[in-house]
Amino acid sequence: MSTLTPTRSHNTATGRTAGNTGSPRRGFGKFGGKSRKDPTRNNTAAGIAAWLLALLFATPVLWMILTSFHSENDAATNPPSVAADLTLDAYREFFGATSGVSPWPPLINSATASILSTVLVLALAIPAAYALSIRPVKKWTDVMFFFLSTKMMPVVAAILPLYLFARTVGALDNIWFLILMYTSMNLPIAVWMMRSFLAEVPEEMLEAAQIDGAGLLLILRRIIAPVAMPGIAATALICFIFSWNELLLARVLTGVVAGTAPVFLTGFVSGQGLFLAKVCAAAVVISLPVLLAGFAAQDKLVQGLSLGAVK
Amino acid sequence: MTTATARISRPGHSASKPSKDARARERALAWARRAPLLPALIFLIIVTQLPFVVTLIISFLSWNSLSPDKTAFAGLENYATVLTDPDLRQAIFTTILLTVAVVLASLVIGLGLALLLDKKFIGRGLARTLLIAPFLVVPVAAALIWKHALLNPTYGLINGILTWVWSLFGSDTAPQLDLLSQAPLMAVIVSLVWQWTPFMMLILLAGLQSRPMDTVEAAQMDGATPWAIFRHLTLPHLRQYIELGGLLGAIYIVQNFDAVFTLTAGGLGTANLPYAIYQTFYFANEYGLASAAGVVVVIGTIIVATFALRTVFSLFKKEAAR
Repeated sequence: MSTLTPTRSHNTATGRTAGNTGSPRRGFGKFGGKSRKDPTRNNTAAGIAAWLLALLFATPVLWMILTSFHSENDAATNPPSVAADLTLDAYREFFGATSGVSPWPPLINSATASILSTVLVLALAIPAAYALSIRPVKKWTDVMFFFLSTKMMPVVAAILPLYLFARTVGALDNIWFLILMYTSMNLPIAVWMMRSFLAEVPEEMLEAAQIDGAGLLLILRRIIAPVAMPGIAATALICFIFSWNELLLARVLTGVVAGTAPVFLTGFVSGQGLFLAKVCAAAVVISLPVLLAGFAAQDKLVQGLSLGAVK
Repeated sequence: MTTATARISRPGHSASKPSKDARARERALAWARRAPLLPALIFLIIVTQLPFVVTLIISFLSWNSLSPDKTAFAGLENYATVLTDPDLRQAIFTTILLTVAVVLASLVIGLGLALLLDKKFIGRGLARTLLIAPFLVVPVAAALIWKHALLNPTYGLINGILTWVWSLFGSDTAPQLDLLSQAPLMAVIVSLVWQWTPFMMLILLAGLQSRPMDTVEAAQMDGATPWAIFRHLTLPHLRQYIELGGLLGAIYIVQNFDAVFTLTAGGLGTANLPYAIYQTFYFANEYGLASAAGVVVVIGTIIVATFALRTVFSLFKKEAAR
């Protein structure tokens, strides 16, 4: 907000008005005011429309959060009890108050799989991105598109051999096997993202450092790291989100021991009795890490989702 | 470098020995360049390409894990079954319908939202954050919320709001919706459009903001209508971004499993190919058939991906040229 207001006044003062000063209509009070080109009027209408739509899109999320703080009886009413008393019962239930089933093992499994696979992805992707941008190999574009093409192969097309392999070597229901799967799932995205970030390292600075006789480690630390750090952070957050969200691989390759949070969530609804508030609480808890990571990476989200093609 | 200059300065003495040395050094240098790339490349080939080759092989086998002794070479039989079995054919059709509907709807709504967010208004940052939220709910959780908290015919929010609005006008016979049993595919589509619209919006917004403003301002000065500016300046500029969003979205939505699995469990004609394949190998144990269906998905994806790669490549070239 605080950053928006100054830009806004700046824009009205210089940007748009500058373009409009030449417009003959601007001088004629009546026409100028009613003209659809008038920036302030247009923006108010657009602002109201955008806000209404934003609220509409956010309603399911807000409703999920509100319902998670309602009692089961208040959660399942028609018409909805918006102003019902707030309670933490649903969260207590989610953490196993009566059922005794703790959600912590799947949550910890999810965290383990997401964090470790992200670390592995970065360890593989950063050197690869280096060899595709700063000291590019020959035909580096071909390599880039090979990475991308593997991302386009649907998981279902490879899942049976992976399942059979895991079963044969006894890696079913083993979190490490899942970690390797998530690493391969996110590696192409990370390579593309990291390349687009490393490509931003100014070439003149690299050349100057080399002429000064700086070694590889010094160049990495002093020149590349400062530019690449925000990119590495964004890449890590996006890889984390994708791993945390994943269901199909986890569903097929894990069971009671290594099951992740999404798998736990699918088995959460018993269909017996009232469970709406509990489901909402579960959805909130399990989505929280992703919401936080996503908002933290908001500025780089597009770049990541478009594999670095869009800035 | 030094040998190269030396050779050029003495053209008569192009002896073979130093050039051989240089070539060896060049090769060593090339390998030094490749070295950081190799771990990632090799890892990816092992984990993604190898299994697909195995899938390809299994797709030509008649293999049901419940009767393993009957495993035999089946030729194209599995592919014939994929294309003729009514359930699998229905799954192919559902996959196409689901993907096209979700991509088109979320692109159109996403474009509208991006155009609105491109303007400056009070609280724009917060509105943008609210609009991104649907994309940041874990897909399984989102599907559960849609199924139980929003679309449930007795106490879901949508019917609840209908009841409430009708009661405002003194009516107690509000129309009630039951999308999950009457139009289950529609329920899946709606929930996916809700999740994917922010994705499209973000990509299109980035496209809008990279638009050269001077031409737009020049057009405004020349008295061009907002529609003309949109039609002749904004839309052509956005084309690449629309293509990119649509194709990336298509690649992700073709593979969707979470929403179908959670919302309808593939019932009532909502099973798409990923779900059908999951069922075929996980529950029916028809390994050969599942693999053939997997290969069919890959062929379909390759068709879409060829276009996607072209689009990504054109944006990529632009960026690389900078």
